Amino acid sequence: MRPPPLAYRRPATLDAALQALREDEAATPIAGGQSLVVMLSLRVAATQSLVDIARLPELAQVEWRGEVLRIGAATRHAMIEDGLVPDPAQGLLARVAGGIAYRAVRNMGTIGGSLALADPAADWPVCLMALDATAVIAGERRVAMGDFIQGAYATALAPGEILEAIEIPLLPAEGRWGFAKLARKQGAFSDSLCVAVSRPGRPPRVVLGATGSGARLLPEVAAALSDAADAASLTAAIAQAVAAADPGADSYRLRCHAAIVARAVAQMRQP
Amino acid sequence: MTTIAVTLNGRSRSHAVEPRETLAGFLRDGCNLTGTHLGCEHGACGACTVLLDGAPVRSCIVLAVAADGRSVESIEGLRDDPIMVLLRTAFHEAHALQCGFCTPGMLITARDILRRHRLPDEALIRRELAGQICRCTGYVGIVEAIRRAGAELAAAQPA
Repeated sequence: MRPPPLAYRRPATLDAALQALREDEAATPIAGGQSLVVMLSLRVAATQSLVDIARLPELAQVEWRGEVLRIGAATRHAMIEDGLVPDPAQGLLARVAGGIAYRAVRNMGTIGGSLALADPAADWPVCLMALDATAVIAGERRVAMGDFIQGAYATALAPGEILEAIEIPLLPAEGRWGFAKLARKQGAFSDSLCVAVSRPGRPPRVVLGATGSGARLLPEVAAALSDAADAASLTAAIAQAVAAADPGADSYRLRCHAAIVARAVAQMRQP
Repeated sequence: MTTIAVTLNGRSRSHAVEPRETLAGFLRDGCNLTGTHLGCEHGACGACTVLLDGAPVRSCIVLAVAADGRSVESIEGLRDDPIMVLLRTAFHEAHALQCGFCTPGMLITARDILRRHRLPDEALIRRELAGQICRCTGYVGIVEAIRRAGAELAAAQPA
């Protein structure tokens, strides 16, 4: 099984890649291809030509800009898992990266590719929304992660645009995070996942993934946490929030979501 | 057709490939290296795992053009690799293969586990092997073989 016939180009620079996408409106950018090649082979996605952006030097840069870490979009999951890029979030990034699919997939798949595809069960949209990260689209167009992810397989990227980097604000040492994920098998797509992040002096951000529309912020849960709600009210707030965030979910899925949010929040609240 | 240049099992070669050709298709049909097995052909079973620049990848979901300018090692190229020599013996002794279809991918993944983890225990091996499917369900032997090879490796290279 392989994709239908394709044209292929691998421009050497970001400008040349943007030019290639302008010249050929039917072209699709490809980075690690760990979802795209599968989708093309299974004929659930179609394109006539690929513009390979995996090796663009502009997408490989990782640098601190003050208290913000800028990670190039072509950074591979395994590099984050192995600590080859700095972790701005007290170990959260490496923890999330190490749980994505399987090592052989993490060696190819990129953080930017995962965001640009916006699979509803993907880990990075959930993690990066909780960290209040910003998507940097080539041309220095910045979009808050909550606005970048617009639903299942829907993002703020316009045709011809390339996601260049992700900017993640430093989570200080007093910050806390929780991460919980439920999948039937290690590495399989999640039935539910949640990342919760608290920063000193700010309400926590709790994000649920694997809903019908992908990553969803749960402000009601954050509000219950800020109000120092008792255990019963917190459980009720979680149940209400996950039902609102995933209206298409059946009762099993809702129980998964509620348990996963409760676990992530509990981990975040550990001293 | 696009021409790619790869270092394949230590030898440089260039080859014309269709851009839609997968790395697995290139190895099997273009290079007659049929030790790379194609099972699911959509990245789920791990049988087709090979090394790209030394790191395991699933060759059924990597396009051959993506390997241009890089080094590729398939199971055929790892005959004399010291960890693979240990693993082959351990797989034999722990009865870690039945039909053998998943074995090339299991061996390449096992080698990567042993390169990244000293003395891996059963839980770690099972977690790392989650992406390799054995439809004979012979996992007990496979996990044990990797554990034994890891113990031998650690004994040979004291920390």
